[in-house]
Amino acid sequence: MEHLSTVVATAVEAIDAAEDIRALEEIRVHYLGKKGEVTALLKGLGKLPAEERPAAGEVINQARQKIEAALEARRTVLEERAMAEKLAAQKVDVTLPGRRESSGGLHPITQTLRRIEQCFAHIGYDIAEGPEIEDDYHNFEALNIPAHHPARAMHDTFYFDARHVLRTHTSPVQIRTMEQQEPPVRLVCSGRVYRNDSDLTHSPMFHQVEGLFVDENVSFADLKGTIEAFLKAFFERDQLDVRFRPSYFPFTEPSAEVDIQCVNCGGKGCRVCSHTGWLEVLGCGMVHPNVFAHVGIDSQRYSGFAFGMGAERLAMLRYGVNDLRLFFDNDLRFLRQFQ
Amino acid sequence: MKVSEQWLRQWVDAAQDVQAIADQITMAGLEVDAIEPVSASFSGVVIARVEEASQHPDADRLRVCQLDDGSGHLQQVVCGAPNVAAGQKVALARPGAILPSDFAIKEARLRGVASHGMICAESELGLAEEKSPGIWVLPDNAIVGEDLRQWLGLDDHSIDVDLTPNRGDCLSVMGLARELGVLNRLEVKAPEILPVTAQIDDRFEVRLDNGEACPRYSARVVRDVDVSTPSPLWLTEYLRRCGLRSIDIVVDITNYVMLELGQPMHAFDLDQLQGHIEIRNARANETLTLLDGQDVELQEDTLLIADGHGPLAIAGVMGGERSGVNADTRHVLLESAFFAPIAVAGKARQYGLHTDASHRFERGVDSTLQVRALERATGLLIELAGGRPGPVIEKTDQQALPEVCQITLSAERVSRILGMTLEDGEISDILSRLGMTLTPQGQGHWDVSVPAWRFDIRLEEDLVEELARIHGYNRLPVRYPQAELSPQREDDTKVSLDVIREHLVAGGYQEAITYSFVSDEIQKAFAPDAVTPTLANPISSDMSVMRSSLWAGLSRALLHNLNRQQQRVRLFETGLVFSGDIDTLTQVPMLGGMICGTRDPEGWASRRESVDFFDIKGDVEHLLALGGAENEWRFEPGEHVALHPGQCARILRGDRGVGWVGALHPAVRERFGIKPDVYVFELELSALQQGRLAAFTPLSRYPEVRRDLALLVDEQLPVQSLLDAVHEQAGEALTDLRLFDVYQGAGVEEGRKSVALGLTWQHHSRTLTDLEIHQAIDNIVAVSSERFGALLRN
Repeated sequence: MEHLSTVVATAVEAIDAAEDIRALEEIRVHYLGKKGEVTALLKGLGKLPAEERPAAGEVINQARQKIEAALEARRTVLEERAMAEKLAAQKVDVTLPGRRESSGGLHPITQTLRRIEQCFAHIGYDIAEGPEIEDDYHNFEALNIPAHHPARAMHDTFYFDARHVLRTHTSPVQIRTMEQQEPPVRLVCSGRVYRNDSDLTHSPMFHQVEGLFVDENVSFADLKGTIEAFLKAFFERDQLDVRFRPSYFPFTEPSAEVDIQCVNCGGKGCRVCSHTGWLEVLGCGMVHPNVFAHVGIDSQRYSGFAFGMGAERLAMLRYGVNDLRLFFDNDLRFLRQFQ
Repeated sequence: MKVSEQWLRQWVDAAQDVQAIADQITMAGLEVDAIEPVSASFSGVVIARVEEASQHPDADRLRVCQLDDGSGHLQQVVCGAPNVAAGQKVALARPGAILPSDFAIKEARLRGVASHGMICAESELGLAEEKSPGIWVLPDNAIVGEDLRQWLGLDDHSIDVDLTPNRGDCLSVMGLARELGVLNRLEVKAPEILPVTAQIDDRFEVRLDNGEACPRYSARVVRDVDVSTPSPLWLTEYLRRCGLRSIDIVVDITNYVMLELGQPMHAFDLDQLQGHIEIRNARANETLTLLDGQDVELQEDTLLIADGHGPLAIAGVMGGERSGVNADTRHVLLESAFFAPIAVAGKARQYGLHTDASHRFERGVDSTLQVRALERATGLLIELAGGRPGPVIEKTDQQALPEVCQITLSAERVSRILGMTLEDGEISDILSRLGMTLTPQGQGHWDVSVPAWRFDIRLEEDLVEELARIHGYNRLPVRYPQAELSPQREDDTKVSLDVIREHLVAGGYQEAITYSFVSDEIQKAFAPDAVTPTLANPISSDMSVMRSSLWAGLSRALLHNLNRQQQRVRLFETGLVFSGDIDTLTQVPMLGGMICGTRDPEGWASRRESVDFFDIKGDVEHLLALGGAENEWRFEPGEHVALHPGQCARILRGDRGVGWVGALHPAVRERFGIKPDVYVFELELSALQQGRLAAFTPLSRYPEVRRDLALLVDEQLPVQSLLDAVHEQAGEALTDLRLFDVYQGAGVEEGRKSVALGLTWQHHSRTLTDLEIHQAIDNIVAVSSERFGALLRN
């Protein structure tokens, strides 16, 4: 049986030298296959005397197991090596950019309008809309701006004929909603409005957001709370000085213009706020009794407030845009800054 | 309205500085736009008398002057102004003086003669806008040796107040003083205006033909006025500080009274008036040459001041040239009238005018003020320019005068609107100081009479605003509205605009916002037959027609970007498009898109070919799928004037055309100078947003069967027809139909195409048999062959 240990040693040496799975398989067949050397020895057991067979068999089996163990170990090594090579071959440069469509973006005005609307939609205001070509009644008359009212001159209206205009504000949507709906009314409405004015700081088309809240027992205090909280929410500031200045809109009484502490300089005074420390951002007031009368709401029982603001102005302040006209050039280099 | 701080302080003795006053009235609703010093800063300028002015020995144009500056020594100054002469009082800038723009005055020698300072022109002191022709000759009452700034009161400011149209009552020093008085609880001191006794008996007949429009007309003859009298410095200075120019003594006085009291006035040259004055509406074909030289054709709704000869003035707007005061005028007729706001409103604009008078009458002038203003102006005129006044002529239509407005006010209403209680004492104090008369009607109730100058106060709410305004908006409470927190319903079948937009953004589209009005030319390129409303007063012809399609604006935005080296542009917009004339108008929300450039963004792994029809169609199909009702949509070959005839599809929802998709017509591109191929779509948003509610069908436990089928059809056959036939013949168990290849070339007969379809069937309650599948395929092939001459490809 000394021969056997030589066989095993030779086999193990060959196994360890095997460089691939096929070579390993050839070695296995050579020793352990049907016609293999070790198999032949097992087959030769029959020739031995019966009492020697168990011991001899034991020895041969041990040799076989050694070879099998060596084969298995080598197989594992070779498989791992093969996997490693395969993986190495599949390596990519993960720093190369991915394959995709580039993202577009929403117009900054749309983003601003949505942001404002959401502030109010989240607390239960409905979102309303209305036509852009309006009749004189809804744009002016029902809002307590009769013909020849000096306030009409402030509006620089675009006319189609004596009775039809491009809406100069989103306020007609208030009228259209109240004509259809009994109080309580809580709405916010945004959209394009038009004034016949075009220069550095005026665009003939711009966007407004309008809000209306009508119910029993609504007071100026409710208006102040709503506006202050909204402005803090919009500019995401806990501390933001807000002041209400008496003003005049024919459709509200009392009326107010609202200034915030300049968001650029914090109220110290800078170019953005014309060195006043304040920025005018919004107009508001309590719904005028004449407006309620036009839509058939009892102003003894109900009261309400309304507010309106220019989206371009708020977008300019929030994003630091310094030229109104950029909003309507639709230059991709500009628009992509708001993705 | 510009007002001089000093003038205002003569009426109200407010303690605070000018900035504090401006802040205070701003916060009371009278917004101050600007505070400007009334003169540029300068120092070291004194009043001096020219004692002697002699010719410079070496310069023809220079004089050597000896001036008494009150110092006890004569000062020698070399002066180049042609108008300098002995005896004049002048403004002398002594060495050390600093003139505007930091111009320092030093000792100098001019052509060998020493000069100790400079005699100033008005423009050199920043007191005149135009360059003065010579030195400024001061009036005789100027005090030699006094500092010029002190003497002129130049440490003053012009306060520019941007008044809202409801506050016509503040278009005067008196009105602003009243506000300042209320805010500081201070007395308002009006100058004493005494009636001027008539010295002559001249009257002039006034006929009030339209009392509604002119409820009160007062006038007065003043004879022998010296129109050549220069306006005194205090008068011209006040006018200047309030933004008006000095014209002549008569006009300056009427303007002064307007600024002081708020009553616009007019002065006629009495000798030019014929017969009588009548206040009436214009008649057909009347014309008038205005003071500014402009000829206007008068419209019949225009209120006129006329005489026996014809129109003299547009009432409350502007006088006429013929009857105006000029250098030859000797006798004048002063006019002080009340024109109803409604009669004047819009009239100035109708003639392209805007005057200080029309601005005030439109907003409302105190209807009780006319005679007082007339007395004030007469008094000043006689004092400054002489003259003999006649009696006051006054015509009044009592019926037409505004009634005193009476309002019932309750403290409870005040509390309800403001959300806080104001003390009864504060309520009556504020309203009284504002000129209201309060009659208590028991605890917390008043009858309030509104003064004639407050045209804006008609309702209890208006009084509440006054109270809030004077009390201070920022001292009012803050709270939040209370409302029911009830869950809200939302339509589950509706695709929100946000989802649609986000989807396009994910697909690489950038949202654009373009003007809703476009040029007629661009509109016609996209829709030659479209009728949409046209603006009567557009900004320019480029923005005159309401858009009939979003493509007009998008194509301009595309071009803007192509011209700036952007090659791959993908834009979309949502908004209204218009159709019909103003009486048949529709305003429909649309979604439009426009793409050009490569299919993928440029990149190492990108496809470099350009987009084609199927890229944009795919994008549209994605959108249509958002509502879950994709099978309700169809595309069919269409014809659109702006689209390529071979690459244009009508998009239908059911049977209704609701949109277009296609390639922009090369002729349209060429017209606008767009070089690359451009693909566009436009869809009615409401159709796109209408989805369907998802409905569950049980999952089948039975196996599905897939068969692929290639059919050879005429290359012109729209595949949709074939797909419709397949659907129709494949049986109800068909769960999926996929078109996975379209092929033309080797192996396919010329003029035909091979369309490869993958069909999947699955029955909900049993296993389908081979026979059924064969039968379905046979039916498909037979019907396709019959309708389209299709052949099965092997």
